[in-house]
Amino acid sequence: MTTGVERVPSGAATAPAFDAERVRADFPLLGRSMRGKSLVYLDNAATSQKPRHVIDAIHRFYETLNANVHRGVYQLSEEATTAYEWGRAMVARYVNAPSPAEVVFVRGATEGINLVAGTFGRSRIGAGDEVLVTAMEHHSNIVPWQLVCEERGATLRVLPMDTHGVLALDRLPGLLSKRTKLVAVVHVSNSLGTINDVRAIVAAAHERDIPVLVDGAQAAPHGPVDVQALDCDFYVVSGHKMFGPTGIGALYGKRALLEALPPYQGGGEMIASVTFEKTTYAPLPMKFEAGTPNIEGAVGLGAAVDYLRALDWTAVAGHERDLLAYAEGRLREIPGVRLIGTAPEKVSVVSFVLEGVHPHDIGTIADQDGVAIRTGHHCTQPVMDFFGVPATARASFAFYNTRDDVDRLAASVWKARELFGA
Amino acid sequence: MTDLRELYQQVILDHNRSPRNFRQVPNANHTADGDNPLCGDRITVWVRVDGDVVDDIGFQGTGCAISQASASLMTTAVRGKPVADAERLFAAFHAMVTGAGEPDRATLGKLLAFAGVREFPARVKCANLPWHTLHAALQDTTEPVTTE
Repeated sequence: MTTGVERVPSGAATAPAFDAERVRADFPLLGRSMRGKSLVYLDNAATSQKPRHVIDAIHRFYETLNANVHRGVYQLSEEATTAYEWGRAMVARYVNAPSPAEVVFVRGATEGINLVAGTFGRSRIGAGDEVLVTAMEHHSNIVPWQLVCEERGATLRVLPMDTHGVLALDRLPGLLSKRTKLVAVVHVSNSLGTINDVRAIVAAAHERDIPVLVDGAQAAPHGPVDVQALDCDFYVVSGHKMFGPTGIGALYGKRALLEALPPYQGGGEMIASVTFEKTTYAPLPMKFEAGTPNIEGAVGLGAAVDYLRALDWTAVAGHERDLLAYAEGRLREIPGVRLIGTAPEKVSVVSFVLEGVHPHDIGTIADQDGVAIRTGHHCTQPVMDFFGVPATARASFAFYNTRDDVDRLAASVWKARELFGA
Repeated sequence: MTDLRELYQQVILDHNRSPRNFRQVPNANHTADGDNPLCGDRITVWVRVDGDVVDDIGFQGTGCAISQASASLMTTAVRGKPVADAERLFAAFHAMVTGAGEPDRATLGKLLAFAGVREFPARVKCANLPWHTLHAALQDTTEPVTTE
């Protein structure tokens, strides 16, 4: 496993069994009831639940370590700094960054992309240039580039996909040119579940010396990532989608690129020296971290990675693959159900529509059964337009979900069909 | 299923399946657009007011059963009524779905089918969108309406 989101070989029956019931016990929230039933949480692509390991780490930080970082000469500040930098080192390990200095803490994947748009975009993209995104990007990997393009007089181009939700990689060479200054691509689609062949996209772009930013928000929850194997130039993740706290995420960037870019925000922490005439900036990664950072977030995210690294990812991949196949099978049995996103390489995300019943009504009916699913456009309106639907219902599974969860979802969809006489 | 049947009453399911007055109105003299972008409900309402009476009304749009049925029942409730009555219905409907006191049964009539919506806070905006859009049309508001 290198990218963390590759599927296990088809001999998965021999893969070690994954004990989902045992890991469920690590997630306190999964034990709560909802509308008189046990909660079935299937909105993991929106945000994941947190293991006690993470909750305890944040608790412990405030009870024993809280001080500002990179400032004090006193021991408590040194301990807080150590904890904060430990979080960074853990993230670096999880994405296999060559060095923690290449990992910048941000609020989440969205801010990571905006950081690159605000620094790379403003310094390297000019009039007549192009930025290439794909047809399945989250709004967070479209809008920052539209803003840059508007400001710089550049053009946004789009790599299309087919009706299964697979990118048309054969169209890629024709879309890359001397004008292309950056390719921004999602590793795993949040609304379709498609795992994109990022390595191939990076290779094609690098042939023309074009850097590639990868939105890894939906990939990281499904296993460790290897930015060196992908050879991407930027990679962003959100802590809360990978079982860590909200308000923290990370941007990985290749050292040479990060060093060459201008700062993102100005303030304390990101400087080496300041006079009214001239300011010199701190070395990586602090150059991009103005102001007191989200220290508890870094500690919590470090703890999440610590938890994730202890999992057997071959077994997790087998379990998630089973959940995906089982869920697609159970939903396909229901007359009128159409799956949106049928790529051969997918994570455990199932988007669907039910003829005659709007996704929001499915969502309300499922909620009455204690089943939490997302309904809407999932911040991917161009994807909805492409498939000709205003919205979908989406069940997104994490390793702590079970076949029982799938059965509860399927029962709710059957009920929706019956209620609406669809 | 009991709570769900209270939300999805037969009349709501019926109007969702076969919406009434689902059409543009010829010679409409008032129109407005409603859009709940987060949830994806969209509606356009056309009204022809003759004197102070809603002479004709129609709508088109896409959305969940609650928003579509609400729009459909709204058109049947206000068609042929004085504009002042339509505004009074809007106020009574709004109060009912937001749970502000006991529903005004005498005024609401068939619209009482939406009384169950107040138990579903996430769906109140769906039921309200057509009414806010009608209100905007009657007031000649040009900004698109949203209830999110």
